[in-house]
This record gives sequence, structure tokens and C-alpha cells, in this order.
Amino acid sequence: MMNQQRREFIKKTAFGVLAGFGAASGLVPAFSLEKTILPVWDETPVSGKIRWGMLIDTRKCKKDCQICVTACHHEHNVPHFKTRKDEIKWIWKNSYKNIFPTATDQFVTSDVLNRSFLALCNHCVDAPCTRACPTEATFKRWDGIVAMDYHRCIGCRFCMAACPYGSRSFNWQDPRTAIHDPSLAYPTRQQGVVEKCNFCSDRLVRGLQPACLEACPEQVFTFGDLNDPQSDIRMLLETTVTMQRKPELGTKPSVFYII
Amino acid sequence: MIEKALKGNRSYWIWIASLVTLIVAGLSAYSQQRWFGLTVTGMGRDVSWGLYIAQFTFLVGVAASAVMVVLPYYLHHRKEFGKTVIIGEFMAVSATLMSMLFIMADLGRPDRLLNIMLYPSPHSMVFWDMLALSGYLFLNIISGWAILGAERKGVPAASWVKALVYISIPWAFSIHTVTAFLYSGLPGRHLWLTAVLAPRFLASAFAAGTALLILVSLILKRTTGYDSGKEAREKLAVLATYGGIANFFLLGMEFFTAFYSNVPAHMESLQYLYFGLDGHAPLVPLMWFSLIIGLGALLILLVPALKKSTKWLVAACMALVLSIWIDKGVGLVIGGFVPSPQLEIFEYMPTSIEVFVALGIWSLGLLILTILLKVAVAVKMEQES
Ligand code: SF4
Ligand code: SF4
Repeated sequence: MMNQQRREFIKKTAFGVLAGFGAASGLVPAFSLEKTILPVWDETPVSGKIRWGMLIDTRKCKKDCQICVTACHHEHNVPHFKTRKDEIKWIWKNSYKNIFPTATDQFVTSDVLNRSFLALCNHCVDAPCTRACPTEATFKRWDGIVAMDYHRCIGCRFCMAACPYGSRSFNWQDPRTAIHDPSLAYPTRQQGVVEKCNFCSDRLVRGLQPACLEACPEQVFTFGDLNDPQSDIRMLLETTVTMQRKPELGTKPSVFYII
Repeated sequence: MIEKALKGNRSYWIWIASLVTLIVAGLSAYSQQRWFGLTVTGMGRDVSWGLYIAQFTFLVGVAASAVMVVLPYYLHHRKEFGKTVIIGEFMAVSATLMSMLFIMADLGRPDRLLNIMLYPSPHSMVFWDMLALSGYLFLNIISGWAILGAERKGVPAASWVKALVYISIPWAFSIHTVTAFLYSGLPGRHLWLTAVLAPRFLASAFAAGTALLILVSLILKRTTGYDSGKEAREKLAVLATYGGIANFFLLGMEFFTAFYSNVPAHMESLQYLYFGLDGHAPLVPLMWFSLIIGLGALLILLVPALKKSTKWLVAACMALVLSIWIDKGVGLVIGGFVPSPQLEIFEYMPTSIEVFVALGIWSLGLLILTILLKVAVAVKMEQES
């Protein structure tokens, strides 16, 4: 079953190669065609067919662990600024009441209060950020990922005002001065544009799972196609009670939490 | 006609020189911002808009308020506004230009500004705002200039000019409505997520913009001897009073809805602005100051004896403008970002670079207004003599 899952996953991700080829070939020197699975070439992206989603099992997440955060930020050349004002983050940790400020429970168990909760872009189905963006620099991909075109963004920060989760960061200054150990896997950005989690679309085209998932030693993350009833994530969602951030706003987040 | 702006007395040139100095200072501050990035401002990840967007919002209101003279003069043929109309139209031109420059100053990549037009996105309110503002600028500068030109020749204005003026009336309402839509359509920013935001924007614009118009007309009278008429100013004061009353009434509605319903998300920003939230209360004195001088100004304007005295009228108009500037130009934008979507509080304070850029843009706007009005006054006085 797991093997079947894995093959399905690679098949689904890899046909993004067609679209991602131009961009990826220049950036990933080690990129090789031989890794591509053949059926890929018969399929073309169909809008809405796939919807990538993530499930975070917060029970397994260790409070002071930062492994996934570090892995993501290294892989994607996310700069490390010391001041809160200039901060840029794609995935981070915060407490229950900050991540779920509108959760209704009055008496939360001390265990939940002491846990730390991961936050990242929810890749909302009805994303307010893509609605607000005046240039389509923030846009919805055919596979549900809310992506960014850093070359089109004018830096108006409308998307930041629109996102109700604080998922977006702006490059208030040149990010390259704060990247200490550059990675070759993903391009760096310029001063004056917005950025955020890309659900590892750069890794999906290479048939890889998201960097946070791969780095986590506790199997906190499950990643998969929410539109496929047979996927691990769908089966878990159907058998476990899960939560989403601010569901009342109607954004339909694609990131789910087991509390 | 423009050559008329080149003749002036000593104080005229001192005024021009000081504006130019501030513009140069603003440019130099802006060059720092372009070089080092927007990190030189007080904005950050949590409060991601600040002084610039706030000035933009306030100025769109000033621009829209030209309708307060255009409408009675052209639709209702109220002749007493005849000498004020051109002031209103040229104020609209300069305010619209300033508001567009403030958007430019706020962009991370102003070199890509045209992307808004190259990739038109009707789902984005910015796209519509850009159309509305540039259209309004065009309508006012063309019609104002053409009418002045016709007056100079002593002929009635062409009918296409009249058509532009009529179009500019609903257009004025649209610019400030669309500007409110920039804010009021965002989920999760509860200070802005309210249906009365657009009406409140219009009400506060008609109060502050009209009060500003009265002040400009008094300044013109003092400096050039061009008197647009006490009667016009008194009528405008009435309009400003109604605008102000509507504005404070709608603010009261916000308070009632938030605090009676007791929904935390609706209360938090108002708490932060007016009472303090979790021990953070930096804006509380300023917001109360705004409220008190605003209501005080309305009181003065409601007492006929006081309103008739120019001194009191000036004081009331200044207080009204300042009150609404604080409300819209400080509270509205900062309050919308506090607390953050994760209930955290980050305090914003503009830096001196930001202040100088803002002063530079204001000075440029005033310079353009001065030149336009100089021409207008010269033409009108020539006509009279
Ligand atoms: S979480 Fe925020 S940035 Fe991500 S898709 Fe939703 S609205 Fe956009
Ligand atoms: S900052 Fe960039 S991505 Fe965000 S709304 Fe503006 S143009 Fe779009």
C-alpha cells in the first residue's frame, strides 16, 4: 500500500516537470531527465484535479524542536534577520492561542497549552491573497498551491493585509545579506518583494516530498492529494478529528491539524 | 496661461522656495529608501502599511470633496459657488496626484508599477482604484483648465467640458468608495471589515475636504485679495458640519456594534486605539484628542454666532481637518494591523526618513496647487477688472 502511495505521489508530482522544466533546469544543476517517470508525458495538468494538502499531528511535535523550520528555511534560502520588523519566515512555531485565536474552547488542557504549533501558508482554496493581488504575482496553480512570481510582484503588500493568518513576509531589505549558508536548490529573492511557503512546489516537480516533512524525525506531517479519496491524508482526515485555522472566514485552508 | 505663475511678489517666491527645499529633502530621503529598502521605515512584518498608505487614504478623501462645490454649482446652479469651483477642482487635482505618489512611495518595486496595467486583475481592488484615480485626475485637470481658458477669452465653456464636469460628480463618489473597498473586503482585519467603512470615508472626506477648501479660500483672500465670497464659505461650512456629524455618528455605530455584540475580534482594534489592549496604549491620547477636537469643531460650527466670525470658522475648520487626519491618517491604518492575525501586538512608529518622504510629497502637491491657483486667480482677477 505504501509503495502504491509513493508511486502515485511521484506520478502526480512529476508531471509538473513539464511546466516546471524551464524554471527548474537553470536552477538545479543536478536535474536529470532520467529520474522522470514515463507516464508523466501522457498527462497534462488539469486545473483542480489535484489539491495538495498537509496534515500536522501536533501531538507528536516536540516543543523546542526546530528541525523542520531550519530545513525549510535553509532549502529555500529564507534569510535570517534578527529583528522582528524585518523577519521573514515560511514556517514557524507559536502557541495554541496565537495559532487558533478564534478557537472556542475555554478550558484547554495544560498539555495543549504547553505544546507549540506549526504555522505556514494554508494554500487556501478561496485565498484572499490571490484576490487582493493586483498583478497576479500571487496566483493559484492548477494543483491548489498558492504560488508567487517574485519577478512580477510590485511589493504593494496588499496580500499581507489580505492574509488572515500572517503567512506572508516582505523583503524590507536585501535578503542576500542574511543568508549564511546558501542552498542551490532554490533561487534567492530580491529586496522589495513578498514571499511565503510554496508547499515545496520546487521539490514536488522533482518527485520529492516537502522539506519539512522529510526533515521531521517524529512523522508529524502527512502530505498528499486532498482530492484523492485513497490518499493517506484523506484517509486520516476521515478517521480523525482535525482542526483548521480560522475556518469561519471561509478561506478553506489546505493545512489541517490534529490536536 | 501658465506664464502667470512666473510673476509673484517676494512672499510668493519665499513660499515656492521653501516648498522646493522640502521636495529636495523628500527626494533625498526617498533615495535612501530606494537604496536600503523599506526597512528604513517603521513598517514591519506585522504592521505592513503605515504613514504612506494612511496619507493616501486621507488625500483621496480631500480629492473627492471637490464634489461639494461642483455639485451645487453645476447641478443646482448655485451661483454663490462660482468663484470657489475652480479652487475645489484644482485642489482635487493636487490631492489626487499626491495620493498616487504616496502609493508609489509605498511600493517595494516602484519600477514595476505598470504591472498593474500590464496584467489587469479585475478581482483586485487596486486595479479599480488605479483606474478611478487616474480618471478623476484627468477629468479635473482637463475641465478645470478648459473652463479657465474659456473664461479668459470671455466665452462660455464648450459643451464637452460641461460633460466632463458632470461625469466627475459620480466619479468623485466612486474614488473614495473604491478606496474604502481596498480595506473593507479583507477578511480577518476586523477594524476594516465593516459595511459602513465606505459611507464613513465619504462622510469624513466631505467634512475634512470641505473644511480644507474653506481654509484655502481664506488663505487666497489674505494673500492675493481674491475673495471667493463669505456666502460660499458659510454654505461650505454647513456642508462640512453635516459631513462631520455623519462621520462621528458612523463611528458611534462602530463602537456600538463591536462592544454590544462583545465579539472579541471586533473589539480588539478599537480597544487598542481608544482604551489600550494588553497594556499597549500608545495611540490612546491621540485618538481621544482627535475625537474631542472633532466634536468641538462641530459645536463651534453649529453655533451661528461663532460660525459668522472668521476667527472661529478658521479654528473650527483646522480642528476638523486635524481630527479627521488623525482618525484616517493614523488610527485607521495602524489600528487595522493591531493586533496581528496571530493576536500579537507590534508597535509602529514612523521613522524620520518616512516623515521626510511624506513631507516631500505634500510639498510637491502644495507646489502644484500653488501654481494652478496662481494662474486661476490671475485669470479671474483680470476678468473682474
Ligand atoms: S494562508 Fe494566507 S498567504 Fe496562504 S493562501 Fe491563505 S491567504 Fe494566501
Ligand atoms: S506585494 Fe506582490 S504578491 Fe503581494 S499583492 Fe502586491 S504585487 Fe501581489
